[in-house]
Amino acid sequence: MTSAALRKRAWKLLEMVTTPLLPSDYLDLVSPLRAGADLRGRIEAVHPETGDAATVVIRPGRGWRGHAAGQYVRIGVDVDGRRLWRAYSITSPTDRQDGRITITVKAIPDGKVSNHLVRRATPGTLVQLDQPTGDFVLPPAKPAKVLYLTAGSGITPVMGMLRDVELDDVVMVHCAPRPQDVIFRNELHGLVADKKLRLAEVHSATDGKLDIARLGELVPDWAERETWACGPAGLLDAAEEYWTEHGVRERLRTERFRPRIVVAGDGDGGGGEVTFSATGTTVDADGATPLLDIGEEAGVLMPSGCRMGICFGCVTPLKAGAVRDLRTGEITEAEPGVLIQTCVSAAAGPCDIER
Amino acid sequence: MTAIDPTAHLTAQQIEELGRELDAIRDEVIADRGEKDAAYIRKVISAQRKLELASRGVLLFSVFPPAWLLGTAGLSVAKIMDNMEIGHNVLHGQWDWMRDPKIHSTTWEWDHVSPAEQWKHSHNELHHTYTNVIGKDNDLGYGIMRVDEDQKWHPAHLGQPLWNFLNACFFEYGIAAYDLELGKNLHKRRRKDPEFRARAKAVGRKIRKQVLKDYVIHPLLSGPSFLTTLAATFTANLVRNIWSHSVIMCGHFPEGVQVFERRSIKGETRGQWYLRQMMGSANISGSRAMHFMTGNLSHQIEHHLFPDLPSNRYAEVAVKVRALFEKYELEYVTGPLPAQVFSAWHKVFRLSLPTKKPEVMTPDGHAMVVVQHD
Repeated sequence: MTSAALRKRAWKLLEMVTTPLLPSDYLDLVSPLRAGADLRGRIEAVHPETGDAATVVIRPGRGWRGHAAGQYVRIGVDVDGRRLWRAYSITSPTDRQDGRITITVKAIPDGKVSNHLVRRATPGTLVQLDQPTGDFVLPPAKPAKVLYLTAGSGITPVMGMLRDVELDDVVMVHCAPRPQDVIFRNELHGLVADKKLRLAEVHSATDGKLDIARLGELVPDWAERETWACGPAGLLDAAEEYWTEHGVRERLRTERFRPRIVVAGDGDGGGGEVTFSATGTTVDADGATPLLDIGEEAGVLMPSGCRMGICFGCVTPLKAGAVRDLRTGEITEAEPGVLIQTCVSAAAGPCDIER
Repeated sequence: MTAIDPTAHLTAQQIEELGRELDAIRDEVIADRGEKDAAYIRKVISAQRKLELASRGVLLFSVFPPAWLLGTAGLSVAKIMDNMEIGHNVLHGQWDWMRDPKIHSTTWEWDHVSPAEQWKHSHNELHHTYTNVIGKDNDLGYGIMRVDEDQKWHPAHLGQPLWNFLNACFFEYGIAAYDLELGKNLHKRRRKDPEFRARAKAVGRKIRKQVLKDYVIHPLLSGPSFLTTLAATFTANLVRNIWSHSVIMCGHFPEGVQVFERRSIKGETRGQWYLRQMMGSANISGSRAMHFMTGNLSHQIEHHLFPDLPSNRYAEVAVKVRALFEKYELEYVTGPLPAQVFSAWHKVFRLSLPTKKPEVMTPDGHAMVVVQHD
C-alpha cells in the first residue's frame, strides 16, 4: 500500500474515533496554525502609522502559500463576536525572513473592521485568512520606467511593491489631506534620500484635489511610464479616462478597493422578496442592498469574500428570479447553472438564492 | 371537574401589549449581543472537547475501578454538555449571528443518533411552532404517551410508564425514531416513500458511526480495558439519555402546564403566540451549574419565547419575563428538578388510566385553553 493510501486510511480511522466531529476540531484546540488546518493567522503586533492607520503584523498558518507584491489578502476578523471579512493589501515584502506578513489598515468612518483593527485589535488574536490574490502586480520583467499614482490607503499595495522590488526609475504621486496623513511618510522620504524614488506629495487639504490634467506638471514623462494606480474611485475613473484619451490605456493598471456602485432601485426591478431556499428563509429586499447583506441580516450563513465583486468567494446559485449587478446595472436571470456574486448583486424582483 | 382558562382575565389589547413588551426584551438582548457571548460559547465548546478527550484517555485504563469511575463520570458530563448547552442551542441557530461556519446551525453535528438536520425539522420547526397544540405538537407524549386529559385514552396507554422508562434509557434512539415519525411511516405504503427511506438511511448511517465509535473503536483502543471501556461508554450514554429525558420532560409535562386545541391557534396573533409559549412551558429552578447542565433548558419558558437567543442570556431574561408573568397575573410554572420530574412522572402514571374528558369552557375572545384542576 502506498503511503498516501495508508495516510488516508489512518485519517479515516481517526475520523471514526472523533465522530461526529472531525480530528481537526480537536487539533484546532492546540495548534490552529498547523499545516492542513483551515488557513488562519495570529496577530503579533499592531503598529500605529498615522492618526487613523496602523500596520498589523500577522503570522500566517503553515498553509500560507506566499504572495506577490501588490496582492491583497482576505481576512476574517471577529468584531463584537461576529465574523466579518475584508480584503487588505499586503504591505510586507515577499522575502520577509520571519515569515510574518503585514497589512496596513486605515480606519474609515463607521468602518467596523478597519476601526477594530486600527484601534482595538490585540496581539495573540486569531484571524481567518485566505490565500493572497489579485493581479495588481509587477510583471516578471522589470519595467524601465514606473509611475505609482496613489491616494489615501491606496498607497498600501504600492508600498508592498516598493519594499519588494527595487526599480531603476520610479516616480510616485501620492495624495493625502495633510502631510501627517501620509502613511509610511518617513520610509518614503528615506527612499527619496537614498535616490531610490522620486516623490510628489499632493496635500489635498491645502493644495486641493489632484487635477489629473495637471499630472504632466508633476511627471512630464507620465505617458511613457508603466503606471500602477490605486485610490478612491473618483481618481481611478479620471485616470482611466485620461490615459484612454492619450491612447496609452494599456500602460495603466488600477486597483479598486470598493466597487463602483450604480444607484439601483429606480424604475424597473427595485427589489423584491428574496427566498434563501436551502434554509427556508424569506425576506424582503430593496433593489440597492447586496444580497449578501440581506442574507446575513436574515441569519443565513452566506459564503462571502472581498465584498467588492472581485474574488468570487460568494458565488451562489440563483435558482429563480432575477438580480441586478450593482456595479453595472446588468440584470441576470435564473437559469440552471447560473451563479451570482451576492456581494454585488441586489434583488431585481423576487428571487430564490440557494442558501 | 371544571376547565378554567388561566388567561381569561386578559383582554385582546393586553395580550398584544404583552407581546410588545416581550419583543422589547428580545431586542435589548440582540442589540447587546457581542464579544462576551461569542467568548462564552467558544469556551464551552473547548471545555467540552477537552473533557471528552481527557475522559476517553482515562478510560484507556478503565480496568482500574477509580479510572473507570472518573472516566465514566467525565464522559457522561461531556456528552451532556455536547447535547444540551452546545448541540441543542447551536442547532437552534442561537449562535448563527457570529457567522462562524464552525459554530453554525447549518453545519453542526452532535453526539446523538438523530442527524442534526432531521432533529432541526421536528424540533425547531414543528415543536417550537405548534408548542403544546394537541394533534400538531408530537412532543406531547412523543406520540407514544397520553399526557393530557384531552388526549383520547386507549388501553395501550396502560403501559406508558414502562414506555416512558424505556424511552428515558434509550432517549437518543427514541428521538431518532420520533424525528423519522416512525410510527406513522412504518405503515406499508409509507415505508416505500423515497424521502422517508433516504431519511431512514441517514439515521442508519449515524447510528452505525456512533455505535462503532462508542462500542468498537474506543474499547479496542483500550486493549485490556476493552470490556470496562465498553461498559463505561454504555453507562455514559445511559446517564446522558436519562438526564436529557428528565430535563425535557420538565419542559412541558409538569402539572400546571397548559395544552391547546388545534382550532385555538387559527389566526393567532404574535401576542397570542407568546402567551401560548408562556402557558405551555415550565422551568426548573436551581443553581448556575444546574442551568448549565440542562443546557439552560431549565429556562424553558424563556427558551420557548425566544428560541434563538443565546442560551447564556436566558438567566437575565428570566428576571424580566417573570416580572411580566406577575404583571399580567399568570402562573410561572417552576420548581426544583426532583419536584418537576416527580410531577411529570405523576402525570404519566395518572393518565395511563382513563380519565373523564373535562368540559370545555370557551371564554370569548381568545379562547384556547383546556385545563383540569383535580
